[in-house]
Amino acid sequence: MKLFLKVWRQDDRNDEGRFETHTLDNVSEDSSFLEMMDQLNEQLLEEGTEPVVFDHDCREGICGMCSLTINGLPHGTENSTTTCQLHMRKFEDGDTVTIEPFRAKAFPVVKDLVVDRSAFDSITQAGGFITVRTGSAPDGNALPVPKDDSDKAMDAAACIGCGACVASCKNASAMLFTSAKAGHLNMLPQGQAEKDKRVLAMVSAMDEAGFGNCRNYGECSAACPKDISLDYIAKLNRDHAKAKIKSIFA
Amino acid sequence: MFTSSIGKKYLMALSGLVLIGFVFVHMAGNLQILMGQEKINAYAHALQSLPLPILWGSRLFLLAAVIIHAITAYQLVKENRRARPNQNYIETTKRAGLASLRMGLTGSILLAFIVFHLLHFTIRTIYPEYSEMMTVVGSPDSNEIHDVYSMVLAGFQHTWISVFYIVAMFLLCGHLAHGVSSAFQSLGFRSENWRGKLELTAKAYAWLIFTGFSIVPLLVLAQNWGIITIFDITASTETLASN
Repeated sequence: MKLFLKVWRQDDRNDEGRFETHTLDNVSEDSSFLEMMDQLNEQLLEEGTEPVVFDHDCREGICGMCSLTINGLPHGTENSTTTCQLHMRKFEDGDTVTIEPFRAKAFPVVKDLVVDRSAFDSITQAGGFITVRTGSAPDGNALPVPKDDSDKAMDAAACIGCGACVASCKNASAMLFTSAKAGHLNMLPQGQAEKDKRVLAMVSAMDEAGFGNCRNYGECSAACPKDISLDYIAKLNRDHAKAKIKSIFA
Repeated sequence: MFTSSIGKKYLMALSGLVLIGFVFVHMAGNLQILMGQEKINAYAHALQSLPLPILWGSRLFLLAAVIIHAITAYQLVKENRRARPNQNYIETTKRAGLASLRMGLTGSILLAFIVFHLLHFTIRTIYPEYSEMMTVVGSPDSNEIHDVYSMVLAGFQHTWISVFYIVAMFLLCGHLAHGVSSAFQSLGFRSENWRGKLELTAKAYAWLIFTGFSIVPLLVLAQNWGIITIFDITASTETLASN
């Protein structure tokens, strides 16, 4: 198939950036979106121009490294899919495909399609952990966890931190990410001791990083490759209120 | 408590819930106009004669809710624009509904409507002659009371005012369709089991409020066009003549 690509090019953080148009022939329907990008880069190298820089790693949908806003949607139009798991058979011959980086003030563009997502690391560093030496993995059932709780905690832990929630949000809010990371630990017995402290620290780290506010659109959950539910945002709101009230009376 | 991003959402939700409750009471009160001049005048008089601390307490409480809701919304929008500066890029929407995307627009017009509405019927500076409309109909004793019935009929004699009221109520309908269930989410009282039910309730509530409010100007318009006869226009002819 033949594709017309509108690709975002940006030299560095301070560059204004611009769209560049390329035509790509003989794209296999079986190739993934990133393989199509590889094909584009080979063509650019043959033409003697600089290849497009983009993020990728595992290419099996579990690392959270690939990004790309495809036709205005992070990871493209498919549900529950990362860019690397998106296949070219979802496109038609002759389509124009717009490829942009994730757009958010807190995710500055490093170059072309690569953004700096270390703002997520600062949220995790603020409280997305349990402060004990865990040693080696404990025996199964040594610490009883009800099945429902462990399922819900696992659903939250499925977050790969790709940042699609931020990129899809009209306000670039990081609530889905923060709520998944905090919610995962807050639902397990190991996370109880530091629950309030964790919630307050992660929310303030999120605010400081320059993300926007949640407006309950639900775009984040729709864009999430792991289908993280809005329930975790409601839970974070609830946990935050409890922690705040407790801190007032402490 | 209310300084963080989530804290500001609590403020939006709490002040929103106050106003969500208020519009229902206001609508129910208004609908008494369909039960005749005596009923609505008596109700309005009873409200106006509430003990001063209660009357002004409620007024200031509602005013505070509107002010908190508007100022917090302004702060949130400012932060949100900073978080995603407007650039030359494609914007596609997957799930968000029109009502949720246009909360700022509907909210701003509603704020203007509230100011107009207060100047129109409460402070009565737009048509000062409304203040002189007095009657004994509906009065608990033989003293003259304010003739709310005639004032409302006179108020909706201008087609543009009626249309503005109906349009504003439609925007309120949109604002509530997202706001009612969103308030519960912001306060943490929503889960996947409840989401569908809450969203449906929000939409039903929004349409109920729209219907209840806009039916009064709509019926006045219909009567003016000679389609129906419901209201006793003679009650307000004197004032209509001077209008």
